[in-house]
Amino acid sequence: MNLPDIIKFVIDLLAVLLLALGIKGLSKVRSAREANILAAFAMLLSVVGLLSYYLGTSGIPSQSWAWIIIGSLVGSLFGILLAKKVPMTSMPETVALFNGFGGMSSLLVAIGAFLFPFNEVAKVGSLEPFINDASISVSIFVGAITFSGSIVAMAKLQGWLSTPGWTQVKARHFVNIVFGVTSLISFIYLISGNVSSIWLLVIASTILGIGVTLPIGGADMPVVISLLNSYSGIAAAAAGFVVDSQLLIVAGAMVGAAGLILTQVMCKGMNRSLISVLFGGSLSAQTTTSSGSGEYTNITSCSVEECALTLEAANRVIVVPGYGLAVAQAQHTLREVTKKLEQNGIEVLYAIHPVAGRMPGHMNVLLAEADVPYEQLKEMDIVNPEFPATDVVLVLGANDVVNPQAKNDKSSPLYGMPVLDVQEARTVFVIKRGMSAGYSGIKNDLFDLPNTSMVFGDAKKVLSELIGELKDLGIGDK
Amino acid sequence: MNFDSLLWVLLLGSLLGLELIGKVPPTLHTPLMSGANAISGITMLAALTAIIKAEPNSPLLIIGSISLGFALFNVVGGFFVTDRMLAMFSRKPTKKNK
Repeated sequence: MNLPDIIKFVIDLLAVLLLALGIKGLSKVRSAREANILAAFAMLLSVVGLLSYYLGTSGIPSQSWAWIIIGSLVGSLFGILLAKKVPMTSMPETVALFNGFGGMSSLLVAIGAFLFPFNEVAKVGSLEPFINDASISVSIFVGAITFSGSIVAMAKLQGWLSTPGWTQVKARHFVNIVFGVTSLISFIYLISGNVSSIWLLVIASTILGIGVTLPIGGADMPVVISLLNSYSGIAAAAAGFVVDSQLLIVAGAMVGAAGLILTQVMCKGMNRSLISVLFGGSLSAQTTTSSGSGEYTNITSCSVEECALTLEAANRVIVVPGYGLAVAQAQHTLREVTKKLEQNGIEVLYAIHPVAGRMPGHMNVLLAEADVPYEQLKEMDIVNPEFPATDVVLVLGANDVVNPQAKNDKSSPLYGMPVLDVQEARTVFVIKRGMSAGYSGIKNDLFDLPNTSMVFGDAKKVLSELIGELKDLGIGDK
Repeated sequence: MNFDSLLWVLLLGSLLGLELIGKVPPTLHTPLMSGANAISGITMLAALTAIIKAEPNSPLLIIGSISLGFALFNVVGGFFVTDRMLAMFSRKPTKKNK
């Protein structure tokens, strides 16, 4: 080992250590922010290590420098712009987009490495050419799936794409298998020396990514994004085999494995298995065909004024936020309402279901943006025993996570999913635009209960009316 | 580096990843996902290697450069957006301590 080798080895080792510490720290509230900066620093370090190694050995041609600078400037600039501009409410889409581009990067570099080989893999008769082609294929396959899958996920979360009915037919599994097998065949052609079959592999795996993601319904989207995130780690690790870099392999493998664990954690929160998320398709399509019964018999609707009067008399109010709150961008208005209530000595808590919103932690991010004190956010297990001693529950744009069917009705597709026991409270107000079902497409028994009142309207509009009503009652005016 | 030692690296890296996050509070699911996502942009190292090793005037320079751009978009954007999210969480306790 000569000097550049040793320096690179030490830097890489340090980078891996910092990355591991970074991931570890990101899973604790106290250390998360520093851990993120640490991980970013480790990435920078890894680049410095790589550049210094080549500077010390073969040198870096000036032409390469030019392309490095162009690529990194453009990429970083757009990355910063998007990261700074994007509203907190569309975080899930943003992560999906970033993830897709990461997959695209692995895909491109693998294509480049295949068409214009730059690594010495000459030993004829040895296993090396095979391994090189195999890692390129894996990198292309996983990279393309990550890219197309993430873009579809983003488009669905943005509302640009819905779940088309035809994607729910069983035949889709057959179509996906066809494209999976096509990928496999083109892989075999590729390693046996057929160069052009690389394009077949690219196309087949891209379509496979779309085919697998498109049928998945809104509520399962976070799981899919987390899984795709794990894939992009695997794609990076495969790229590590292509360019012979242990650092890439370790970092990619760490992200891949950690992403898998996170996916598992999210599935548990929804009482779904990973298999059913991936192959079960969207819940809504299944239920409309199997159990069509969804008639409400005992709906009570009430005015904003009544709601304000009930709130005024309350001692303790629990807010249950959901995706509807994010869509209506009503978090700041909500905060104004709860501030008024607090000024009147009413205790306000927020019940956060683990899968409320489109991403775990979505509601935490959203409410944090509106300056809701962190201590008022309560996780499901902690808040559930509190409902019987609660006067008013405000359900804002949440639906499936407060459906008592999950506890009572064994035939319900939701059965077994942990839910918030809001019906235990004295009065429940559900602020909702209409009677449409939640993402599972299932009737919500909560709406039929005698202590539930519906307040129809857009969350933001209702909440600002509520502020007016509370003002009229003299609440929170100081 | 020979193949079998790279496989060991892959195996041990995966095991490390499995062990790193055991219990994550739901609050941190999104930032953790976003942070891990930024790290997966480590494939930028592969893009860099490709650009450095490319022959002059090779199309590989352009492919590598585009790949590097995508990777850095992921890395830089990912870390910034994660920081933005985490900044919101960390603001509260400091306020309380004062």
